[in-house]
Amino acid sequence: MHEAVTQATLVTDSLVGIYSAMFVYALAFIFFTYDLAKRMSAARQVIAAPVAAEVSAKRVGQVAVLDRPAGPPPPGFEVAARPTRSFSARLGMIFTVMAWILHVGGTVLRGVAAGRVPWANMFEFTLTATAIIIGVFLVMQFWQDLQFLGAYVTGFVLVFLGVATTNFYVDVVPLPPALQSYWLVIHVFVASLGTGFYGLGAALSIVQLIQARRAAKGLNAIGAVPTAEKLEALAYRLIVVGFVFWTFTLIAGSIWAEHAWGRYWGWDTKEVWTFIVWVIFAGYIHARATRGWRGSRSATLAIIGFSAVLFNFTIVNIYFHGLHSYSGL
Amino acid sequence: MASDKRSSEQLNSDPKRPSDHFDAPVTAVTNPRLGFVGYLRFFWRQLTSMRTALFLLLLVAFAAVPGSLVPQQTSDPNGVIQYKADNPSWSKVLDFLGVFNTYSSVWFSAIYILLFISLIGCIIPRTMHHINALRTPPPKTPARLDRLPGFLRTTDAVTSEEDADAGVASARALLRSSGYRVRVFDGSVSAERGYLRETGNLIFHIALVGILLSVGIGGGFIWTGQKVVPVGQSFANTLSDYDSISPGRWFSADSLEPYKLTVTKFDVKYERQNLNAYGDIIDYTTYVRASQPGTKTVNETIKVNSPLDIGGTNVYLLSNGYAPVVTVRNPAGKVVYTQPIPFLPQDTNDTSEGVIKVPDGLAKQVGMVGFFYPTECDTGTCGVAPTSVDPSLTNPVLTLQVYTGDLGLNSGKPVNAYSLDPKKLKLIAGQGSGKAGLTLRPGQTAKLPDGLGTIELNKVIRYVGLDIHHDPTQLWVLTFAVLVFLGLITGLFIPRRRVWIKAVRRAGKVHYEYAGLARGDDPRLDDAVAEIARKHSQLLGLSMKQ
Ligand code: HEM
Repeated sequence: MHEAVTQATLVTDSLVGIYSAMFVYALAFIFFTYDLAKRMSAARQVIAAPVAAEVSAKRVGQVAVLDRPAGPPPPGFEVAARPTRSFSARLGMIFTVMAWILHVGGTVLRGVAAGRVPWANMFEFTLTATAIIIGVFLVMQFWQDLQFLGAYVTGFVLVFLGVATTNFYVDVVPLPPALQSYWLVIHVFVASLGTGFYGLGAALSIVQLIQARRAAKGLNAIGAVPTAEKLEALAYRLIVVGFVFWTFTLIAGSIWAEHAWGRYWGWDTKEVWTFIVWVIFAGYIHARATRGWRGSRSATLAIIGFSAVLFNFTIVNIYFHGLHSYSGL
Repeated sequence: MASDKRSSEQLNSDPKRPSDHFDAPVTAVTNPRLGFVGYLRFFWRQLTSMRTALFLLLLVAFAAVPGSLVPQQTSDPNGVIQYKADNPSWSKVLDFLGVFNTYSSVWFSAIYILLFISLIGCIIPRTMHHINALRTPPPKTPARLDRLPGFLRTTDAVTSEEDADAGVASARALLRSSGYRVRVFDGSVSAERGYLRETGNLIFHIALVGILLSVGIGGGFIWTGQKVVPVGQSFANTLSDYDSISPGRWFSADSLEPYKLTVTKFDVKYERQNLNAYGDIIDYTTYVRASQPGTKTVNETIKVNSPLDIGGTNVYLLSNGYAPVVTVRNPAGKVVYTQPIPFLPQDTNDTSEGVIKVPDGLAKQVGMVGFFYPTECDTGTCGVAPTSVDPSLTNPVLTLQVYTGDLGLNSGKPVNAYSLDPKKLKLIAGQGSGKAGLTLRPGQTAKLPDGLGTIELNKVIRYVGLDIHHDPTQLWVLTFAVLVFLGLITGLFIPRRRVWIKAVRRAGKVHYEYAGLARGDDPRLDDAVAEIARKHSQLLGLSMKQ
């Protein structure tokens, strides 16, 4: 009985960690959103003085908007100061790091409580996969300033943690025989890595589409956000890594299916969707190598691909009862 | 300037990639008059273009969707029956389109076969071209480097001719030791690395074809069979001993290697500590004695996730349940029927259903539909209707409804052992017959109605449902899958790049220039050129202007 008591304590501690993380993510989200709003309004800065001939300006509605000037602004003009590292974005980052530590702590405690890896049902998988998304987001900062994605990333993770704690929650129960395999450790963990990279890649693709559209309309780029081309290159690199993980997931899953069900491929709903996701991203990689398909078209494919990942994880798990009924719901 | 032009063409074009590959030069669209061969060639070029490949890929993804929304005959036959019963008219349309067999349907096959033809049409010329490229030294150094990526130039210069030549020689040595393939021209070195990128990409695509061929050709050799074995009984790997078998196209009964499995024990572990999961199953283990002609009998175990590999087959534990052992005697007390009957579990507490058929030895044919409750809840707690409250064998009860009439076993048609066709049968005991059904606990005997005889429940044992598979494609598919993975990593992450180091004369002095060119995604190109420039200029003791 003593064992059960410690397990119950650990489960509670884990949940406290996750709820606290959600609270701090919410703070981070607020600061990131505030920062985004500021960047947007800076990009929309109205020029009061008459527009000089050498500065190209376009009319959008009734408001004259300044194109991103090459070189220093001509005398007499004040160009909107670009807050490269705004205070609110920095606060957002600090809160994200704090929340992430709580998040990882809560997830690890859940694993300790269960005496196994914390990704054996939908609730646990959501905890782990969202922790990975934030982890990749934070690590990427050393390489490239991605603070403009902060609002998207924290918002996304917050929503999923909310759904996980309210709708996906299940008590710690022992693994059914079919899940007792080291492939659970490998296959599912790599799947969440792939999901994390795809998620960030899709996020960059969304921003890429926004930037491309603004550029097409002659609007200013959003402050301190890379150009559409730069975003596309970044998204590609993340998605390609995601694709490698996904390929591994597919292969590892087939090997596991062979051990558990006696065949490596059986067109089970979950298998079909994992395959569909794989093919969409193979299409994405091809699109990036096909003339006329770079840019917004391939970005759209990346977004469709990640939507399929989410569909596979939510709708398929909940409404389709194939062999993969591991959701615990 | 002619040579200049050629070299810049060489820089950009990669003729054996599809003409709409991103890096390929834009060719003017011409409209020559096409003969028959011309049309064929035109069609082939369209089929093997990047755009078609992309289109077909997206089409495959799209075409796979309906089959995931509707149950499939192969993976979920009961689901199909249910679905057809629920949506009769809509099912006719789906049936016509083959949606219940999406992944072997004509239209789905057509799409992926086209895709793979396109793929092969793409691989062959690229492979030839790549083999050529592997044998060809790097191309001529471009006339001007200053418009190329990563361009750098030394600010210092050397003056003597010997020093200039030595600089080129050291450039060559440096590039070679950095893994580049090099070619020295007059006053410059042209270098290229990362041929493995294309090799990996080709291996990736070829291995995809390999997977498809393994499945397509090897699939005919796959067969799977099922056998239910009560504990204590045996299974022999001969055709007649299978309950059912689905043979592949090339199956022959002679190919079954003789072996025999005797199930000696079946263990189930239940969760008893964690109250949230009380009674959940945490382990199944089947103990078998395996014997093959010419070898010693060995003891083995079969578990979920851990099949037994024997005689060219894998034996999987896919189901299990309780098998009540009953004995039926005629009014004279002679045993006319005695055997364990596998019951199918219906819920998590292993309430199970089964059918007993006694065709011979009694005055009439007798059939019985039974419900088995491994742990019957006492009537005080759960009410009169029997219910099972735990899957373990704690308080077992068997209830039976009894029928007489024609069991349909003499017609020669195969009948389902787990169900009774009540059409030609008459209910003589159980709800609706006016007589109470029979209730038995282990060791108890009950009288059959109408003085037909008696039935005894001797004991309750376990049975296991084994799936026996022979799949020679596994190893091939696995090998190709590993190649797909290795090819993918190589093809994506090894940068293919060209680098040039050139001695340029200006006002009698020799400066060195450096530049590179990415072939495919190469985020670190500029860094790589800068690193080489730094090392080289350091070797020569020159300094650099960024
Ligand atoms: C079964 C269908 C196919 C799949 C799943 C597939 C998948 C992929 C993947 C994942 C890559 C990137 C990996 C790497 O570079 O190693 C790739 C690259 C490539 N594929 Fe395919 N492919 C398929 C069919 C084709 C076909 C039919 C063609 C020819 C038209 C083709 C031409 C190419 C080319 C040229 C690249 C290099 C792209 C680049 O330059 O970045 N592929 N393919």
